[in-house]
Amino acid sequence: MSAAKTYMDPPINDESRAYWDGANDGKLLLKRCGDCGKTHFYPRVVCPHCQSSATEWYEASGDGTVYSYSVMRRSEIPFVIAYVTLAEGVTMMTNIVDCDPDAVAIDQAVKVTFKDSEGGQSIPMFTPA
Amino acid sequence: MNLRGKAYIAGIHEHPTRKAEGITLAQIHAESAVGALADAGLTMADVDGYFCAGDAPGLGPLSMIEYMGLNNLTHVDSTDTGGSSYVIHVGHALEAIALGKCSVALITLAGRPRAEGMATGTAPRVYAADAPDVGFEAVYGPTVVNMYAMAAMRHRHQYGTTAEQLAWVKVAASHHAQHNEHAMLRKVVTVEDVVNSPMISDPLHRLDCCVISDGGGAIVVVSPEVAKSLGDRAVKILGHGEAVKHLNAGTIDITYTGGAISGPRAYEEAGVLPGDIKYASIYDSFTITVVETIEDLGFCPRGEGGAFVSDGNLIAGQGKLPFNTDGGGLCNNHPGNRGGLTKVLEAVRQVRGEAHPAVQVANCDLALAHGTGGSIATRMGSSTVILGRADA
Ligand SMILES: [Zn+2]
Repeated sequence: MSAAKTYMDPPINDESRAYWDGANDGKLLLKRCGDCGKTHFYPRVVCPHCQSSATEWYEASGDGTVYSYSVMRRSEIPFVIAYVTLAEGVTMMTNIVDCDPDAVAIDQAVKVTFKDSEGGQSIPMFTPA
Repeated sequence: MNLRGKAYIAGIHEHPTRKAEGITLAQIHAESAVGALADAGLTMADVDGYFCAGDAPGLGPLSMIEYMGLNNLTHVDSTDTGGSSYVIHVGHALEAIALGKCSVALITLAGRPRAEGMATGTAPRVYAADAPDVGFEAVYGPTVVNMYAMAAMRHRHQYGTTAEQLAWVKVAASHHAQHNEHAMLRKVVTVEDVVNSPMISDPLHRLDCCVISDGGGAIVVVSPEVAKSLGDRAVKILGHGEAVKHLNAGTIDITYTGGAISGPRAYEEAGVLPGDIKYASIYDSFTITVVETIEDLGFCPRGEGGAFVSDGNLIAGQGKLPFNTDGGGLCNNHPGNRGGLTKVLEAVRQVRGEAHPAVQVANCDLALAHGTGGSIATRMGSSTVILGRADA
């Protein structure tokens, strides 16, 4: 590969800062509700299941499977956008990286990896397990 | 509260421009409004309700109200759910009129992404940088097309929907567009043309995508009393449904749309069944949008949309469900990347018997118009209206 794909810096706010700090430490963090016990995604303070604000961060296993994907050809460097369903049960948007885009498949096992944004923020991505 | 028949569509207008060089957004809104009011036999002075969405320049409806010289308003609504907004506006106008809050409601739309050189479908678009979801999505490069592509990929995985089946949606639209002098793409295409066009985002090819166009339109919704005073061309609003579907805390299913919720609500209010519908305007940002929506609206069982749209089944005069007889967003027009208003326009033409003779559905006493806004793979607003003749 000649040029490498670049990634924008994510907008970070008070609700998401811990998630991105965790990514910088090589951890994929999720939020679980202290009241109803359910995990949700994207992480937020107020639990979307029961509206409790007693939500807590925890580290995900990093294992998942591809729910769906598409190879975006209309881009300077084609890339794979995907939804990955984590072992913890929630599905998140991501990119599948460090592999042949044409070899990605639904139900494929993947594991978390991290790529730096243009400004050096670590971003959770996935790669074949 | 059932509002069947509590309001009518008395006037419509589709702005003829498809590339608005030298024409402003405000001008397209206003010219569309003037056209629809003239079609109804009304004037700006008669308008007491105004509806617009995020395409209107200025703060909500304020600037356009001033520009058009509206001075008798008793009701305004700037609900924005993207391309489905205008179908929702028809429903909200029905509600406002039924409650006596207004009696002549004007809905306008305008857009000029072509004149502005916008890479609508393939460039990342962030609607609101401070939306709570943005940080968890924008970094991955979501665009309009690759989001719909993920829906198509999952639909293919679960139901075996093929590229050729998706292509039939475009083929049908092109058969209709050949008769529309204003359509951007009037050439009849084949399944081979579609599947051999360049891949944009797997599995969607260039010809699976709608056009990027400038233009606009307007709709005038009136009370039964006003409709009666205007003669017999008014089209009765029989039912309306709206819904927002989202990622539901990460428990997603992108093989169906909000139409699965808005459709049944509209059918129930109208007291009709999918099989009663003679003509359907179905939001067609991409071919997959139509396949999923057709299942959601009950025209076929879930998972069978690909087979249903195949072999010309959506072509007027040939198929069981004539759709988008103006050529739709795939071939005619998708003003401002918001196709809901034009969906209502063609459904009104069909019920009036004023569609192009080559695509007019015989005895079209019952039609449906459906809008989709936002993204099929994240969060979307969906709305369905059912229209019929004044005696329906
Ligand atoms: Zn909870």
